[in-house]
Amino acid sequence: MFKSGTKIVLGTLVAAGALASIPAHAGKTVDAIKARGQVVCGVNTGLAGFSQADSAGAWSGLDVDICKAIAAATLGDANKVKWVPLNAQQRFAALQSGEVDILSRNTTFSLTRDASLGLHVTGVTYYDGQGFMVTTKSKIKDAKQLKGQTVCVQSGTTTEKNLTDFSKANNLNIKPVVFEKVEAATGAYFSGRCVAYTTDASGLASVRNKEAKNPDEHVILPQLISKEPLGPMVRRGDDEWLAITKWVIHGLLEAEEYGVTQANVDQMKSSTDPVVQRLLGTTEDTGKLLGLDKEWMARAIKAVGNYGEIFEKNVGPKSALKLPRGANNLWNKGGLMYAYPIR
Amino acid sequence: MADTIIFQSKPAREAPIKTEGLVPWVKTNLFANWQSTVTTLVVGALLLYYVPQFINWAILTATTTTNADACRADGVGACWGVVKEKYRLIIFGRYPFEEQWRPLVATLLMVGLLVASCTRYFWSKWLIIGWVVVLSAFFILMYGSLFGYFDVFGLTKVTTDRWGGLPLTIMLATLSIVLCFPVAICVALGRRSNLPAIRTFCTIYVELIRGVPLISVLFMASFMFPLFMPQGVTVDVLIRVVVGVTLFAAAYMAEVIRGGLQAMPKGQTEAAASLGLSYWQTQFKIILPQALAMVVPGIMNNFIGLFKDTSLVYIVSLYELTGSLGLALNSDADWRPYKLEGYLFIVSIYFVFCFAMSRYSLWIEKQLNKSKLR
Repeated sequence: MFKSGTKIVLGTLVAAGALASIPAHAGKTVDAIKARGQVVCGVNTGLAGFSQADSAGAWSGLDVDICKAIAAATLGDANKVKWVPLNAQQRFAALQSGEVDILSRNTTFSLTRDASLGLHVTGVTYYDGQGFMVTTKSKIKDAKQLKGQTVCVQSGTTTEKNLTDFSKANNLNIKPVVFEKVEAATGAYFSGRCVAYTTDASGLASVRNKEAKNPDEHVILPQLISKEPLGPMVRRGDDEWLAITKWVIHGLLEAEEYGVTQANVDQMKSSTDPVVQRLLGTTEDTGKLLGLDKEWMARAIKAVGNYGEIFEKNVGPKSALKLPRGANNLWNKGGLMYAYPIR
Repeated sequence: MADTIIFQSKPAREAPIKTEGLVPWVKTNLFANWQSTVTTLVVGALLLYYVPQFINWAILTATTTTNADACRADGVGACWGVVKEKYRLIIFGRYPFEEQWRPLVATLLMVGLLVASCTRYFWSKWLIIGWVVVLSAFFILMYGSLFGYFDVFGLTKVTTDRWGGLPLTIMLATLSIVLCFPVAICVALGRRSNLPAIRTFCTIYVELIRGVPLISVLFMASFMFPLFMPQGVTVDVLIRVVVGVTLFAAAYMAEVIRGGLQAMPKGQTEAAASLGLSYWQTQFKIILPQALAMVVPGIMNNFIGLFKDTSLVYIVSLYELTGSLGLALNSDADWRPYKLEGYLFIVSIYFVFCFAMSRYSLWIEKQLNKSKLR
């Protein structure tokens, strides 16, 4: 008598299974990407300047441009990217399970993440660090002056731990005021609940410029209390894909160093500088060793510009964030950005 | 004749207290005794304090300009421009901008179908055909084809991960409500079965599902499931999510229905047996119609909960109404400070749907109780 009851249940399950579509990973990531004709890129669900969707739903930002450059180098078209917005909890699981090919989501590289998650760090695309914002009225000029003061901070982040470490190391006895949400933490700071607000320096800039009633009443302290090297991550076990990702990033830096820009990339192909010739594939086929053609870097630069242009457009002076280059300047201009030679 | 009873009229009774009209209503409902007087005064004071402030913020000093800098000016209240600027991203999520007429038509069709299904006039065989047609049309419009067939309209393919906003909310809620109901009935009957294997299976199913939060079911369905699949086989994330939500909702629904089954007097089953009805005839003709009628409020409660639970699918990177609001505002430094206005906008959308559902449930209850009114 119960047979037909179970049949209904089984029928539902079988029907659900039958709706399954078949094609997906062909083993190697690069092969799968080429077969699919799309790079699947995991980005932030929303971080001003790094990955943001405009009112028409189009993505832009520094992390987004890195994925576009990689797609242009691999597939020849910067628009062949499928964007998967991920939150902090999903990001590593999504990359591990193959839901995304690359995680370009303002993710800090650290030993634990590199060694225990089954993921590879590739190259740093933004050197961030945790900073403090205070009101000009408070007359605080240095983070060490925060002794015994209240600081608003978001809970469950490395930010909170960094603050405790900083307070302990300098014997400052800072009183953290912890909030679960960013909006709550900034709101509390602006209403005067805390003397200072702390988060990554890039985040501080957008909060100061956009959420403060009068940005001039707030100042971001110059020193940073933590190191946050941000960049894309890929899965372990696929060295070709790791190499492509890594060398596209270095290529974008090299392009800035040698003055190859989005606008002049075509003229630069006739340059006599051997470094530029190698980068743009006019003399040597640098792409072959990566499994790409020789135009790989020229296409990437043409699509999004060199690193300096990406920075300016998304987070630099031309953007709403107006962040200074600082540590993200090239090595020969006082920054940390140093491209390995492309040869 | 001394005992003669002489009729003496009693003094007239006092007129009954007036129970209709404004003043008596206020007296009985707001100032009946000192406790209610105190409550009325306190609540009234709070309302007098906050309502004008809210009206001032939401209407009087509000602005509808789509210029974020104008919202930042002093003395400006609510900034409804954020809705004007972002409504397409909020309502349709990540669906390609130029193609957004498709989800619009699909959603209207779906809502029309739901309204028709709730109206007695349409209760006929044709409704089933209507469901098949509208659901097919929905998927053809949204995806561009139906499992690879009907690819004749020349619509571009839009993969399911780009679906979002209100169409996704409505589709997820509708599909899981429709699919979970038969499963729930089977499980509810299974838990009361005399056959130990079926009874144990159903009990384990219900207890396992109720033991974990919906978020973890969705997370498993989306990120763990692919790890167990053989290489090269993937199931679309939307199907995984619909199955996950359906299985989850069915477990809760089964318990509500079982509550109704428990309340049925044993005499009903025995009477049916004495008439020679089989098990399934007894269940479908005698027991379930009465049991389900009893638990309509509970069922509707679950449906409304399910409708709102769909917002949890953001955990698997599907951006329905709530998720796409976050997507629209989190990253935009200009508009991020006006999240409250955005939330109020989607609150009103959710409210319309949930209020309609709860009103409909009241109507159903009235219809079902007609037989009990003598």
